[in-house]
Amino acid sequence: MNMTTIQACFQLDYGDFKLDVDLKLPGTGITVLFGHSGSGKTTLLRCIAGLQRAPQGKLEINGHIWQDSERDLFLPTYKRPLGYVFQEANLFPHLTVRDNLHYGLKRIKHNSGTVKLEQTLELLGIGHLLERMPGHLSGGERQRVAIARALALNPEVLLMDEPLASLDFKRKQEILPFLSRLHQQLDIPVLYVTHSQQEVAQLADTLVIMEDGRALASGPLSETQSRLDVPLAQDREAATVWQATVAEHEADYHLTRVAFAGGSLSLPAVDAEIGTPLRVQIYARDVSIALEAPTATSILNVLPATITGIAEGRDGQSIVQLRLPRMAAETAPGGPRHSLHPWKSELSQSVGNRCDQVGDQALLAHITRKSALLLGLQIGMSVYAQIKGTSLLN
Amino acid sequence: MLNAADIATLWLTFKVAGIATLLMLLFGTPLAWWLARTTSRWKTICNALVSLPLVLPPTVLGFYLLIMLGPNGPIGHLTTELGLGTLPFTFPGLVVASVLYSLPFVVQPLQASFTAIGEQPLEAAATLRAGPLDTFFSVVVPLAKPGFLTASILGFTHTVGEFGVVLMVGGNIPDRTRVVSVQIYNHVEALEYTEAHWLAGILMLFSFSVLLVLYTVLKTQPVAHPLK
Repeated sequence: MNMTTIQACFQLDYGDFKLDVDLKLPGTGITVLFGHSGSGKTTLLRCIAGLQRAPQGKLEINGHIWQDSERDLFLPTYKRPLGYVFQEANLFPHLTVRDNLHYGLKRIKHNSGTVKLEQTLELLGIGHLLERMPGHLSGGERQRVAIARALALNPEVLLMDEPLASLDFKRKQEILPFLSRLHQQLDIPVLYVTHSQQEVAQLADTLVIMEDGRALASGPLSETQSRLDVPLAQDREAATVWQATVAEHEADYHLTRVAFAGGSLSLPAVDAEIGTPLRVQIYARDVSIALEAPTATSILNVLPATITGIAEGRDGQSIVQLRLPRMAAETAPGGPRHSLHPWKSELSQSVGNRCDQVGDQALLAHITRKSALLLGLQIGMSVYAQIKGTSLLN
Repeated sequence: MLNAADIATLWLTFKVAGIATLLMLLFGTPLAWWLARTTSRWKTICNALVSLPLVLPPTVLGFYLLIMLGPNGPIGHLTTELGLGTLPFTFPGLVVASVLYSLPFVVQPLQASFTAIGEQPLEAAATLRAGPLDTFFSVVVPLAKPGFLTASILGFTHTVGEFGVVLMVGGNIPDRTRVVSVQIYNHVEALEYTEAHWLAGILMLFSFSVLLVLYTVLKTQPVAHPLK
């Protein structure tokens, strides 16, 4: 079990820009630092890397202190066991791809970690580029080499500064699957800076929302996405992402059922083996609320939930924050409480334990203020969330 | 044709230029690196000081050097104390004067190419465990190769071509301080135009071919702009 945690506390003041954060981040998975340009996300990442020195700061990674301004301790970047991927790939133009990859490797005393260069080459699909010069690579290839170069060092933490921002849509689609695979196959915590909601949805396990040099919110993805005190929930594109696994294929109906900690969902058929991890995105505008279990509805995905928050949205909307009971833990032995469909109990028993590492599932619903009023929605009420549509992210 | 004295002056000239160029690279590289990176308020003053020989008449520079290095000058005092004697009218004195005179021709190309490299490759090297000195030799020097080439060639050819400073500080002593440019002057004064032609022609040909080589090499450099 990897017990790494990242504790980062920085204050710096450039007059027109201030950074003031105090974060404790998990030592596994991808933590996305999300925010608009000028929100301080890149500055925070550079402070963690030591590329910028915050006058007031304390940084502890995996039990090692990298900076402690009170003790006047500041480890220079080249002494920090990290990997860094820049927005522009930043390969050395005078070295071949192979020499770029070996540049860092030659400088670490012993390669004790689990990541081998061959493995990264394969993971990123760049084995055939080794003899090329960086000037003769496409933008996407350059960025993949840069990621491999950082990974090959077996860093204790991988820092990525908008690695896809300078690429066009096609190149982005070329690299995103690699990042997802990286996430599934390697046990290195990643701090990933982006302003793209799409990348948040596809990659994040933990989300930190940055604004004006401060961290507005941080926590597990769906929980942070559904925070009502953060502008993200107001967005027309507001959504929550759930991590689920393929549980059953219903070939007759051209459907696939996926399981998550709070139950299961039916999706249009997915071509993946049982047990494959998936990310399912649910837009708040696709979620409606019923007070009683609807018995006659065409909507397949109806989940019991509890209202945990209500906020005013724009244009006569109400934003409802819902939480799904942790069905796997609570009800796996005896079957779910709300058996809408006869086959449901069986399923949550068989797959429930597999995803119990995922916390409570949070969900956002954008409904009209009128509906909220007519239904008399209040915090604490048990309701049913009807999910009209879902989209699969990988 | 060239007589023995002419050949001696040619040899002396290239010896001065060679040693001066090595010394300029040795001192000019850290100076150019510092000038390219510092935000110190001394930067502007230093830049102006280093560039002074570009605009100053060589005789002015030579005059002050003569005073400073002479037996009553501060540096002359020091060298005398150290048992080195005084530098004017000696070969080492000629080298010192040449270094100061040609330094901008070495520092400016280096400084420009260090600046062009920018922060990014240095940061990349740091995230790949390379310390500052390591980064300098493994990233900066290869990326600044055109700068080093330009600096060496301009520093060398400019030293070969100096006249005024040499005359002030070195004098006109055969086999010790008499360089080609001074020898040409001697020939012309003595109306020995044939000898003057030979030496002048050689310098002309030499300077032209070296610059031709330099610009050819620079054109084929793959990393004109070090990033991309």
